[in-house]
Amino acid sequence: MTMAFETLTRRGALAVGGGLAAAALVGLRSPRAQGAPIRIGELNSYSRMAAFSVPYRNAMQLAADTINRAGGVMGGRPLEFIFRDDGATPGDAVRVAEDLLTRENVAFIAGTFLSNVGLAVADLANQRRRLFFATEPLSDAITMAQGNRYTWRLRPNTYMQTRMLTEAARGRTQRRWAIVAPNYEYGQSAAANFKRLIGASIPGAEIVAEQYPALGRVDAGATVGALAQARPDAIFNVLFGPDLTAFVREGNTRGLFERRFVLSLLTGEPEYMIPLGDECPEGWIVTGYPWEQVEWPTHRAYVEAYRARFNDTPRKGSLLGYVTVQVLANLLNRANSLDNEALVEALRDLRTETVTGPVTMRGIDQQGTMGTWVGETVLRGRQGGMRNIRYVDGATVMFPEDEVRAARRSA
Amino acid sequence: MDPSFLLVQSLSGLASASSLFVIASGLTLVFGVTRIVNFAHGSFYMLGAYVAVTVVPWLLEIDRSPWLFFAGVLISAAVVGLLGVAMELLLLRRIYKVPELFQLLATFGVVLMVQDAVLKIWGPVDIPGPRAPGLRHGVEIFGQRFPAYELFLIVVGPAVLGLLWLLMHRTRFGVLIRAATRDREMVGALGVNQALLFTGTLFLGAFLAGLGGALQIPRVSASAQMDLSIITEVFVVTVIGGMGSVTGAFLAAVLIGQLQAFGVLVFPKITLVLVFLLMAVVLVIKPWGLLGRPEPAAGRAALPEGILSPRGFGGAERALLGVAVASLLALPLFGDAYAVKVATEVLVFALAAFSLNFLVGNGGIVSFGHAAYFGLGAYAAGLLVTKGGLPMEPALLAAPLAGGLFAALFGFFVVRLSGIYLAMLTLAFAQIAYAVCFQWVEFTGGDNGVVGVWPSAWASSRHVYFYLVAACALGAILALRHVIYAPFGATLRAARDSEPRADAIGIDVRTHRWLAFTLAGVAAGLAGGLYAFSKGSIDPTMLGIPMSVDFLAMILLGGIQTVMGAVVGAAAFHAIKDVFMPLTDYWRFLLGASIIALVLIFPRGLGGAWGALRART
Amino acid sequence: MTLLAAEALNKRFGGVVAARDVAFALSAGEMLAIIGPNGAGKSTTFNMVGGQLRPDSGRVLLGGEDITGLPPREVCRMGVGRTFQVAQTFLSMSVIENVQMALIAHAGRTRDMLAPTSRLFRQDALALLARVGMEAAADRPIGELAYGDVKTVELAIALAAAPRLLLMDEPTAGMAPRERARLMQLTAGIAREEGIGVLFTEHDMDAVFAHADRILVLVRGEIIAAGTPEQVRDDPEVQRVYLGTTGVRAALRARRAHG
Repeated sequence: MTMAFETLTRRGALAVGGGLAAAALVGLRSPRAQGAPIRIGELNSYSRMAAFSVPYRNAMQLAADTINRAGGVMGGRPLEFIFRDDGATPGDAVRVAEDLLTRENVAFIAGTFLSNVGLAVADLANQRRRLFFATEPLSDAITMAQGNRYTWRLRPNTYMQTRMLTEAARGRTQRRWAIVAPNYEYGQSAAANFKRLIGASIPGAEIVAEQYPALGRVDAGATVGALAQARPDAIFNVLFGPDLTAFVREGNTRGLFERRFVLSLLTGEPEYMIPLGDECPEGWIVTGYPWEQVEWPTHRAYVEAYRARFNDTPRKGSLLGYVTVQVLANLLNRANSLDNEALVEALRDLRTETVTGPVTMRGIDQQGTMGTWVGETVLRGRQGGMRNIRYVDGATVMFPEDEVRAARRSA
Repeated sequence: MDPSFLLVQSLSGLASASSLFVIASGLTLVFGVTRIVNFAHGSFYMLGAYVAVTVVPWLLEIDRSPWLFFAGVLISAAVVGLLGVAMELLLLRRIYKVPELFQLLATFGVVLMVQDAVLKIWGPVDIPGPRAPGLRHGVEIFGQRFPAYELFLIVVGPAVLGLLWLLMHRTRFGVLIRAATRDREMVGALGVNQALLFTGTLFLGAFLAGLGGALQIPRVSASAQMDLSIITEVFVVTVIGGMGSVTGAFLAAVLIGQLQAFGVLVFPKITLVLVFLLMAVVLVIKPWGLLGRPEPAAGRAALPEGILSPRGFGGAERALLGVAVASLLALPLFGDAYAVKVATEVLVFALAAFSLNFLVGNGGIVSFGHAAYFGLGAYAAGLLVTKGGLPMEPALLAAPLAGGLFAALFGFFVVRLSGIYLAMLTLAFAQIAYAVCFQWVEFTGGDNGVVGVWPSAWASSRHVYFYLVAACALGAILALRHVIYAPFGATLRAARDSEPRADAIGIDVRTHRWLAFTLAGVAAGLAGGLYAFSKGSIDPTMLGIPMSVDFLAMILLGGIQTVMGAVVGAAAFHAIKDVFMPLTDYWRFLLGASIIALVLIFPRGLGGAWGALRART
Repeated sequence: MTLLAAEALNKRFGGVVAARDVAFALSAGEMLAIIGPNGAGKSTTFNMVGGQLRPDSGRVLLGGEDITGLPPREVCRMGVGRTFQVAQTFLSMSVIENVQMALIAHAGRTRDMLAPTSRLFRQDALALLARVGMEAAADRPIGELAYGDVKTVELAIALAAAPRLLLMDEPTAGMAPRERARLMQLTAGIAREEGIGVLFTEHDMDAVFAHADRILVLVRGEIIAAGTPEQVRDDPEVQRVYLGTTGVRAALRARRAHG
């Protein structure tokens, strides 16, 4: 894989046309970054969650190269990421993090995908007093009940994404809701957030059925049957990946989604939309990443560079990877120090212009205000997509400040 | 609830049961003939799905006819069958003579390799398969819509059962399979070409797994996690049905299908554990499954696999051991912080592996769920520190107590069984413990676990904690080693060698095994507690199946017939993983390949190789 | 005095009667043989005495104490040693370790986690091996021994529990003819010297008629004859249903050889 990745990189570098030329012109005036590289340890489930993490790593590489060509950070030092597989278990991840911190001599660490891995690494960071920039794990606990001084998270968490959906349901009349969620923390916490928030959008809403199939092992027929039996008006879905495909197919055949309003988390992200293929249901309200419809110039430039270099379309992971590097570069420039205490202080309320617009690392809960898109699913040919999209700024759906204070005090 | 809903729900259960049966029948046949518990069966299932999502759309390009769809499914199954033949010829054939556990380990190596091979060939993105032409629609049954394809699946199960019955009763190949299942030695004595029989059986087994996978493509997309998610369930089906019994597998599949279809209505949150509860109950009541037979007692006496008369250390070994311990203890002086960290983990795993080999090698009690006691020890320590507010010292005392307590509880039932059924019951209990830790979110923190499990201030430096772990782990290992040489250890070996003889000289075999199980649980619990404080957190992966398999791999690499092999195995296993993980995303492939290579080169483990070397000089 | 008494033992397997009202008594120092065709219920009777099977009805008394249905390990502790049709030994151990193991069990020290096993009861074990003439092989792995020697060691193992009663299921099965005679003589000698009662089943009529004090003939779960070897040999019923002419000849030959 490493080899394949390098070839890709080289081929991609040759293939980039105009964008590269422009960068080269810039390079003439301000020479490439030269000083000692700033090493950042990046651990993620590259082996287990490759569909998400490989596009993520690609985009990080792309962003780092772009920044380095433009002169690097902290007055000319290049950014260097040390990528490591976290083994997808907390036990392995903590060892790998220690390896990065002690042997690879990284300035700080970033990454992780699974929530339990993210939490374990966050606690290690707290213990070792080193910065941990959690990029992908969604668990609210990382910035709430189990938050700590050294751990910051970029991606909109479960609460924020659930709230984007329940607010999108405002004005609807469906009162009888069914919930289907994978049986682990992400699913349970999304369901809990939903129960808490739906009443604000639809007064009198009640939950008439809940199904929590084991992650990766949904018995779709039985689950769909059980949900239909409760005769809900609407469904809140948290399933993703292979579970979602199986659930949607079974639901389509059995007519579960007919005349029912569906809110669905993450389904619009290319990672989960692509495998759905022509089974993509129509008219679900989802969070996602309709990259082809985002018109901001910086975003378009990043998409073009990404497609040119990797000969692939960007995923949600790509966006996260790219924005991560932008935020970290800004952080290093602002702090102008590798002292982790200084970095943590510099992160507090740090505002960065990114390809998804401004992102602030809110100081009170150390959560980024990166947002995401909400829209309606639609089938275009043999592939699903989103329409009527709207970017919801994360800043508008953050946890209320008093809740943050209450949760983090007990931590 | 209205009856039409119940009917449709039970049809859903039957459709799942059919799919499960097709896969499980292959596993049970292969086990019956070769006595190999084939972990790679799940990989064949996954390959069936991947080959089908490649072949079937290609065929449907030619013509969207149902016949081509099913032709594609059968082609996929046949391709997988041939892969089964390849596995038999290239790997299994070379290891029929090595102990059964090593065969199991080798098949697990295949699982790891296939996982990464699939990622490499088909990429990480799930691939949805096409729906079956002509069976895309839903059928109205009492006002409920039911997928036509699932009606078809309901028919497939009994059809496969019928075809297998014909095969087993009307063909010479089938008669041989039945004979071999009943008495493997007899078939060898009859002059049957055993090699051909085994190859044929592997083809059939892999074919059925591939068929099961290929038939799933209209329902689920092919993904790289399919193998492990199906294999445990298929194990459960074959064990409940009785290993080797095809009809039993059918009954068990129907039972489990219905349990899940209605289980989700009553207990929507504990579906993880329902099937394992069922398996535990069945094994406690019917120790050989529904239609299984007790393993026929070995006709002639064979030397047991495991620790034979343990000898004390020789002079050279004493010196070697002294150097090893001295350099280990001096590690903080010359190694860097990471080396100390890794050495700490190796010591913890060495203790866990040693306690497992105390059961497997010394007692002949093969536990597939040893991580349960390791993990429960970790949870006891972690919860006491974080929720109980206790300091590290009492928490570290609680860890072995918890490990021992649960080992005593589960062991009480476990020691009533033997062989593969015993192993499966340990697996069931481990899964139940795993599910409880996973599901009881308020208490255990669910799958996120609990963080903040750090040592007391005096032990918080890496070096001090390393010495603490070294003292506990080495002390416990030496204590267990002493027990192996004491009458209790000898009694366990005696009961392993001949239960009737042990019974006849007045030994209460069950009670001794129960004590041994508890003692091993105590040691594993201590290891778990030490592990929790070295990681700073606890979470359910500590008691998951992969962790149990890691422990087994360690003792097998080290050699189950040597007393100290487990320690060597733990170090070797950890070293292999540590070297490969940073190298490439495909480290699982390399890990699997090294496991297979080690089984082929050192069929008795590293410890066994050392023993042979020593015997020669 | 009566050492072992079986009272009206009954056992059925499904519809098959394996033992019907089987009753007999055995005195200390006496050798009692159970003979009969295959499937006559010899092993069933044997296993009901040894504790491997629980009778449907009836009682087994050892020295006047009821041991009916006790598991083998309890029966052993009451003073019953046994050997098996297919020798059962601890294959991973040496000859002497096998005997030491039995001595450790007899002394109730199997749960000892401290003492070094190899030094426990070594002298006693050597003495037992000397009794059966196997002391020279003491430190050899038992798996290396010839089958006859393994059976002999098994006798030493059974004697380690200082039994009052020895149960021997086909003691000479699978042995060469000369070895058989030696083992049976050895057993008989020890039994008479120490007043140990011996209950054995046997297919080899030479061994039975040469060494048994009394014989029970079991057919289809019922005792059809009992008595001294002469009485049994002369019983017309026994001759008709079991011994036939070859059996009678064997019985005669045995008497001549030892008489």
